[in-house]
Amino acid sequence: MALPAVLLLLVFHYLPTLGNVVAFKDYDQWSGDTAIEAIVNSRWIGFTNFAELFADSQFWDALRNTLLITTFQLVFFFPLPIALAILLNSVVSSRLRGFIQTVVYLPHFFSWVLVVTFFLQMLGGSGLLAQVLRDNGLQPWDVMTNPDTFILLVSSESLWKDVGWGTIIFLAALTAIDQNLYEAAASDGANRWRRLWHITLPGLRPVVVLLLILQLGNALSVGFEQFILQRDAVGRQAAEVLDTYVYYLGLLTQDYGVGAAAGLFKAVIGLILILVANRVARRFGEEGVFVRS
Amino acid sequence: MTAVTPAMRDRRRRAQRPAWEEPPTVPGRLAKGVLLTAVVLAVLIPMWSVIVTSFSSKQAIADAGGMVFLPRDFDISAYVLIFTRGEVSAAIWNSVFVTVVGTTLSLVCTVLAAYGLSRPGSLWHRPLLMFFLITFLIGPGLVPTYVVVTSLGLKDSHWALILPAAVNAFNLMVVRQFFMGIPSELLDSARIDGAGEWMILARIVLPLSKAVVAVVGLFYAVGYWNIYFNAVLYLNDAEDRVVQQVLQAYIIAGQSPAGIGSPPALGFSAPPSLAVKMAVVVVVLIPVVAVYPFIQRHFTKGVITGALKG
Repeated sequence: MALPAVLLLLVFHYLPTLGNVVAFKDYDQWSGDTAIEAIVNSRWIGFTNFAELFADSQFWDALRNTLLITTFQLVFFFPLPIALAILLNSVVSSRLRGFIQTVVYLPHFFSWVLVVTFFLQMLGGSGLLAQVLRDNGLQPWDVMTNPDTFILLVSSESLWKDVGWGTIIFLAALTAIDQNLYEAAASDGANRWRRLWHITLPGLRPVVVLLLILQLGNALSVGFEQFILQRDAVGRQAAEVLDTYVYYLGLLTQDYGVGAAAGLFKAVIGLILILVANRVARRFGEEGVFVRS
Repeated sequence: MTAVTPAMRDRRRRAQRPAWEEPPTVPGRLAKGVLLTAVVLAVLIPMWSVIVTSFSSKQAIADAGGMVFLPRDFDISAYVLIFTRGEVSAAIWNSVFVTVVGTTLSLVCTVLAAYGLSRPGSLWHRPLLMFFLITFLIGPGLVPTYVVVTSLGLKDSHWALILPAAVNAFNLMVVRQFFMGIPSELLDSARIDGAGEWMILARIVLPLSKAVVAVVGLFYAVGYWNIYFNAVLYLNDAEDRVVQQVLQAYIIAGQSPAGIGSPPALGFSAPPSLAVKMAVVVVVLIPVVAVYPFIQRHFTKGVITGALKG
């Protein structure tokens, strides 16, 4: 019964994964009728593509931008869904809570094109905010094309899209905390802040660790469409990340070998990071991502 | 219906709050109210303003100096224009095709595989499970995927958007997890009565799993409706465009100097008016907003987080 799904994944997931061998080949598009044949027929050249990649200063720019953005988002934006979940959990009326949840989950289902459009129409040079500022005699500023604040812009977009969705897993973890703990602490005289610090946050710890591990595995990916959509508006200097670099180098200039090498580099580092983080988490007594079933 | 007096509401609140919890302080309630209102408005204001502007006349837009926030009049000429103009309606049909065909294919493949994998001890159970789980860890990468899709001759075909995205291992695990919760006695008794696996799936398992299938169906459908970049990558002909591409061409591309990578702007004699642009936004937005409330109530912890730990 699993056959159709297996076939689809074999062709569109495992076959391309194998296709990464082009990173170790001197790709010659004329050596076969289709690109796959050409890859098979191309000559092996070892790590030459990787040497070429590491000698490219644009690659290091893209890597630096990527790490800057992921680190920034990890430090400043990772805690926000936790805070929102705790806030939502404290709303007593279930009708009101349900309404807020309905609203904040919604942007998760918007495409990046739609999210960028909304930001453009609200905060862009001719957006709602600029209009209000202009009407009040203030100087509008255009955050959509400013490379210096780009990191804030993309982080706000990600936040707007996914902060609500991110609360789901924390809300589930919050309801799993034993309510008797709160009652016992309260009768021992712990106020709401102490209860938050000594019961709620420790109760969320396994989920936080789990998500941190997964985040670390994604340290080299910041999302692709979001950047490709805005790269032209703010310029390559600020908006080129590894994924867009792979696209421009690998597909637009048809340098399949080096492009695949960059993609493979990203995938391998991501895999190593997630495995190392998982091991470290295990050492500190956490459960980790991979549970032996 | 009797009116809810503040006193009644207060009593109700107290009933829901455990006895040991201290009553909320005024500044605390105020801060909470302000924060949550801000979060909700941050989502609703952009949508509101876009919808209002799309129904505004040229005059109202000119008076507001751009985006309209307070509705002044009701004018559907922008919608009349985009639905009579070939390129937007063609894009809508393309997106509907991709979404409907894609979601159907995805659901069939996902439900079948999930059912097969939900019975431990079936043939090749563990290797097959690993086969699906590994796709979480290792992504194939952009360049080789492009090579495979084009080599199969899928370029300039909407199947290039559907087939690579047809099976999502996460969704598969969500459905599998749910199927595993169905008591096996139920299935065994059907087997004793002579029902085959197909019959069991269609008559017993699926009717019990409407909620999870609906949620996963929504995930797939929204995924297909939202496809943008793969369309840029694989579709060259203007008449094949999907709605996200039209939205990008109408609004985002206009903002920046056309560079490589951004698709060529659509052949316009004059740039579309703001109302027309906003009408396109609404067209892209509405299907998502319309389907979502029916599914949202199933987003309980069980359906979503159940699969995270397999």
